[in-house]
Amino acid sequence: MLGPHVKVLDVEEIREQFPVLSREVRPGTRLVYLDSAATSQKPKSVIQAAVSFYEQKNSNIHRGIHRLAEEATQAHEDARQRIADFIGAKSARELIFTRNATESINLVANAWGRANLKSGDLVLLTEMEHHSNIVPWQILAQEIGLQLEFVPVTDEGRLDLEAYKSLLDQGPRLVGIVHVSNMLGTINPVAQMTTMAHEADALVLIDGAQSVPHMPVNVSELGVDFYAFSGHKMCGPTGIGVLYGREALLEEMPPFLGGGDMIKRVRLDGFTTAEIPWKFEAGTPAIAQAIGLGAAVDFLNEVGIDAVHAHEQRITGYALDRLSEVPGVTVYGPELAVRAGVLSFTMAGLHPHDVAQILDDDGVAVRAGHHCTMPIHERFDIPASVRASFYLYNTIDEVDLLVEGLHKAIQVFDI
Amino acid sequence: MLAQIRNNPKGRSENMDLYREQIIDRYKNPRMQGSLDPHDYSYEDDNPLCGDRIRIDLRVDEDGRVTEAAYSGEGCAISIASADLLVESIVGKKLDEIRELGKQDVLEMLGIDVGPIRLKCALLSLKVLKAGIYGLDTIEDERTLE
Repeated sequence: MLGPHVKVLDVEEIREQFPVLSREVRPGTRLVYLDSAATSQKPKSVIQAAVSFYEQKNSNIHRGIHRLAEEATQAHEDARQRIADFIGAKSARELIFTRNATESINLVANAWGRANLKSGDLVLLTEMEHHSNIVPWQILAQEIGLQLEFVPVTDEGRLDLEAYKSLLDQGPRLVGIVHVSNMLGTINPVAQMTTMAHEADALVLIDGAQSVPHMPVNVSELGVDFYAFSGHKMCGPTGIGVLYGREALLEEMPPFLGGGDMIKRVRLDGFTTAEIPWKFEAGTPAIAQAIGLGAAVDFLNEVGIDAVHAHEQRITGYALDRLSEVPGVTVYGPELAVRAGVLSFTMAGLHPHDVAQILDDDGVAVRAGHHCTMPIHERFDIPASVRASFYLYNTIDEVDLLVEGLHKAIQVFDI
Repeated sequence: MLAQIRNNPKGRSENMDLYREQIIDRYKNPRMQGSLDPHDYSYEDDNPLCGDRIRIDLRVDEDGRVTEAAYSGEGCAISIASADLLVESIVGKKLDEIRELGKQDVLEMLGIDVGPIRLKCALLSLKVLKAGIYGLDTIEDERTLE
C-alpha cells in the first residue's frame, strides 16, 4: 500500500505527543482509544498553543490598537492562512471559521440556500450523509418547500453512481456529499461526482469531517464549491470548524449571523457587511481554538498527511482480517481500497451497547449506536452498530485487544 | 511503551457486574416476550440513540388488575432483562400500584447499579409501561421516573 515517497509513521513517538493516551482508564487498565471518528485526541502542541494564547496573548481580535490585540489578531489570521494552505484553498479569504462542520453546513443552507433556493428546487444528498448534512436541508425544505432526493447506497456500501447520474438529470441546484462516511468508512469519488454535478449546473457541498483529518484533500483540485470540516476530529480543539467556499460564491452570498465583526458600518437604518471571510463571522470568535487548529495543522503537516493515511490503511486492513475471524461479525462498508479507518460492525446475538460495555472493561473505547447516521443504519436494516475508528496513534496491538474483547463478549454471553 | 500495551487480564470488574447471570439469562431466555391481541393497553417507545425499542401489551380486569402482560422489541441485555423482569412483576398488580413503581424498583429487580448512560436502557420498559397506562406526559424523561 505504501508508495515510495510516503514515510512510515513512528507511532511510538507519535503516541508520546498525546498525553491522554498514557492514562489508565481504571487502575491497571490502559486506554485503547478507537473512537477518533467521534473526536480525535489532542497532541501537546495543540494543547500548548491554546494555553500560550491565554497566558501570553489573550485579547479580542480585529479591534483594539494595543499590543495584545495586535498579536492575537495576527495569530488568529496566521492560523487561518495555514489551514487554508492545508486544504489547498487559493486564498485565506475562502476560509470561514465556524464552530464545527455542522455549523458550516448550516451556514450554506441558511446564507446560500435562503438567497438562492425557492419552492420546488431540488437539493440532492446521499443516503450515507451524517445527520448534519440532512437536517439543515430538511429544516429549509419545511420552510420554503424544497425537494430533497438521496443518492442510494449499494449493498457494498458505495454510492450508486448510475442512480446519481439519473438524479442529476432532474436538475438539482446543489449536491451535498459526504467525502468519507463516518459509518461505512467509504471514501466517495467526490472529484468525479463534482465534475458530474457541475456538468448538470449544480453546486457541490462536501462534508469533509472524516476526510480532512485522515487523507490529503485539495479543495481547489477537487473543484468543489463548499467544503465543511471540524477541528476536533483532526487533533484540534472542540468549538472550531471550517467552511471553505469559492471566493466568487462567498462574495455574492448574504451574511449568516448578524452582529459585531461581520459589518463594515452600521447605521440605525441599515448596515454594510465586512469583507469575506469576516462577513460570515459574527461576534467574538473562538480565538484560542482557531490558533489551536492552526497548531493541529502544523502537527499533521510535520507527520505528513500521506503517512497518516497509509498508516490507517495498514491498521484498517489488519482489522478487517482479524474481524473476519470472529464468529458472527458482520462488517459494513466497502473493500479496503476505498475505505478509510472506520469499521462499523454488528455481532450476532449481541447488542452493540453490550459489546461496547464489555470492551470498555478492558479499556477499549469504541462507539455504539447509530453514529448520527440513522438513515444508513435503516438502509442496512440494523438498529445500531459498533464502530471502531483509527487514527495516526493507533497500533496493530490495539486491534488485537479489540478482537480479544470481542471474543470475551462472546464468552460472557455464552454465544 | 508499546510492549506494555496489553492490558492486565483481570477477573470481573465493576463493569462486568452488569452482566450477572440473571441478566444474561433473561436476555437469552426471556420469559415474558410476546404480544397480546386483543389488549387493554399497548404502548411502544424507543430509545433512538441506542436503537432499543420496547412494546408492552396488557390485559386488565374490571378491578384494574393486570391479568396478562407481554412485551416485544429489541435492545441490549440491560433493556431486555429489565423489560422481562418488570413485565413479569406486574402480573397480578393493580394499575395504581404500577403508578408507584420507580427507578429504584427496576434497579432492585436487576440487582445492579447502572451508570447514567445505561440507565436509559434499564428504564426504557418502565417508561413504556407508565406512558401506556397514564400517558406520555406523566414521564417526560427518566428523571421523573425516580
